[in-house]
Amino acid sequence: MSNLSSFMNQWVYTDTVKDHFMNPKNLWRKEENFEPDGVGEVGSLACGDQMRVGIKVKDDRISDLRWLTYGCASAIASTSMMSEMAIGMTLEEAYHLTPNMITDALGGLPEHKFHCSVLGDKALRAAIDDYLARQGRENPFKKKVAKIICECKGVTDQQIEDLVKTDKAKTLEDLRQLTGYGTGCGKCKAEVAEYFDEMKHIYAK
Amino acid sequence: MDNRIVYLDNNATTQMAPEVTEIVERSSDLYGNASSMHDFGRKAYAGIDWSRKELAALIDASPDEVIFNSGASEGNNTVFNIARDLIDGGSARNRVVTTTIEHPSIIETVKFLKRRGYRIDEAPVDITGRLDMDKFRALLGPDVLLVSVMTGNNETGTIQPIAEVTRLAHEAGALMHTDATQAIGKIPVTAHTWGVDYLTLSGHKFYGPKGVGALYVRSGAPFEPFVNGGHQEGGRRAGTYNTVAIIGMGKAAELARLTQQDEHDRLWAMREKLRKGLEERIDNIVVNGHPVECLPGTLNVSFPSAEGESILLYLDMSGIAVSTGSACATGSLEPSYVLLASGLDVELAHGSIRFSFGRFNTDADVDYVLEKLPPIIERLREMSTR
Repeated sequence: MSNLSSFMNQWVYTDTVKDHFMNPKNLWRKEENFEPDGVGEVGSLACGDQMRVGIKVKDDRISDLRWLTYGCASAIASTSMMSEMAIGMTLEEAYHLTPNMITDALGGLPEHKFHCSVLGDKALRAAIDDYLARQGRENPFKKKVAKIICECKGVTDQQIEDLVKTDKAKTLEDLRQLTGYGTGCGKCKAEVAEYFDEMKHIYAK
Repeated sequence: MDNRIVYLDNNATTQMAPEVTEIVERSSDLYGNASSMHDFGRKAYAGIDWSRKELAALIDASPDEVIFNSGASEGNNTVFNIARDLIDGGSARNRVVTTTIEHPSIIETVKFLKRRGYRIDEAPVDITGRLDMDKFRALLGPDVLLVSVMTGNNETGTIQPIAEVTRLAHEAGALMHTDATQAIGKIPVTAHTWGVDYLTLSGHKFYGPKGVGALYVRSGAPFEPFVNGGHQEGGRRAGTYNTVAIIGMGKAAELARLTQQDEHDRLWAMREKLRKGLEERIDNIVVNGHPVECLPGTLNVSFPSAEGESILLYLDMSGIAVSTGSACATGSLEPSYVLLASGLDVELAHGSIRFSFGRFNTDADVDYVLEKLPPIIERLREMSTR
C-alpha cells in the first residue's frame, strides 16, 4: 500500500498532467447525447484502467471526440490530452498517435507510470477501426503502423496485439505456437514478452 | 467549511507527540556514547534504562526482555533469522507457519527463505481479514518451529486473536511471534498475558520518532543476533545506541500506556462517524476488514467505479492525506495483496482507500472528509467507463 509521502517523493506530476486530471477536456457527459460514428474500448476494471473513446468523423478527419476513463491520474490525464491532440487530425494521423507523443505533450510521466498512458492511443485506434468497419471500409492504416519485433519469423507488434485482443494467445506459449516467435535466433524473446505483457494488461478480460 | 489539512494516514506513520518532541529536544545534551563508562555515557544510559522500563510497562514485559533496534522491519527480520539459524543448526522442527497478510518485511523475508528451500506455509484469512482458524490449525504439527501472526493489519485494521493463536502454537510445541506494530497504543498489547515468545514494534506508529523500535524476546526464548558486532543490548543487538530516539520512544510508550483506553474510544468514534457518514452519502460502497475486531482508527473502504489513486490525489488537492490499495499507487500492476488475500474482488482492491485516524484528528476532520469526498467519488464515477 502506498501513501501520500511516497507520491511526493517518487513522482511529481507536471502542471499539465495536473491540469488535465483536475479539468479533463472532452469528457463524455451523458446529458450531451453525443452520437459517435465509431467507438473503441480497451482495458479492464480488473487491471485498474479502462477507456472508452467515441469519435465523430467528417471527410476522414476526427471532427469531435469524447471519452470515459476508469483509472489513475496518469490514465485520466493522458486520455484527456489524447482527445485534444486527436480532434482535427486525419484518420491516418490519429491512427499513428503513440503513447510517447501523448506523454511528451503532457511534459512527461514518471517512468513507472508510463504503462498508464498506453491505453489512450489504443482506444482511439479501436474507435477508428469501429468507424471504418461501420462504413464497410478496409483499414488502410493497419499495416503502416506494424513494426516487426521478431525478425526471423516476421512477427509484428500488430500481430501480437491482434492475437491478444481476440484472446487467441492467452499465454506466451500460445503466441509462440501461433507465430513461431523466438524460435530462430531468439534475441527478440525479452521484447516480445514485454510487449505481450503490456497487451495482456490492456486487453485482458 | 474552510479548507484544512487533514492527516488520515496514521497507519503509515504518525506525527511525534509534543511531549515526545520536547523530551527529544532536551535529550540532545545526552550525546555521550551510552556504552561508555564516563559521566556522559552513564547519563545517556540512564535515559535508555528509563525508556526500556516504559516500553516493558506498555507491552506487559520485563525490561530485560526489551531489545532496542531500528524498528519493526528489523525486528521481524531478526525473528525469522532466529528460525533460520535453528533450522540450519539441525532442529527437528523445520517449518514456519505465518499468514498471507503480514507486513512486507515478513512477506518478502518469507519469499527469500522459500527461494532458499526453507519450508514456510501461509495460513489464509477470510473476507474480513481474520485468520481461518481451521486452516491455521491444520497447518500446525510436530515439525513447526515458529508461528508468526500479526496482531492488527495495517491496511484493513483487522485484529487477530493472538492469545488463542499463541495457545495453539504452543500446544503444537512451536515458538510464537506477533508483529504488534499497528496495535501499540490502540488496543492492549500484552506479551506476558498472551504468552508470545517474540513481539515486534516501531516507535513512529505511536507518536514516537522514526527509525527506532523494539523487539520483545521472552526470557529464555531462543535468540540469535541479526546485527552482530557489539556488546550493546547484552550482545543481542550491535550498534551504538540511538539515545535520543530511544528516549523519545520511551516517552511515547508512557503516553500510550496512560491514554490507550481513551484513545481507543476516541479513534473508534471518529472511525464509525466516518463510516456511517460515507454510507449515508455515497451509494454502493464496500467497507473492508472486520466490522468489530478492528483497530479503532482504521477504516478501509472500496468505491466501485472510482480508482484509488485518482481518489487519493483529488483528496490530496483538498488537503486530505489517505492511502490506497490501488496498483497505480504502488508502481506495480498488482493492487493490495492484503485485500486480494482476503478474497476481495480485484476491482474493489483498485478502488480501495484507507483512512487511518490518530491522536491529532478531531470530529471536524471527519466532517471535512464527509464534505469533500462525496463529490470526488461522483465526479470520478461520471468519468468512468462504468
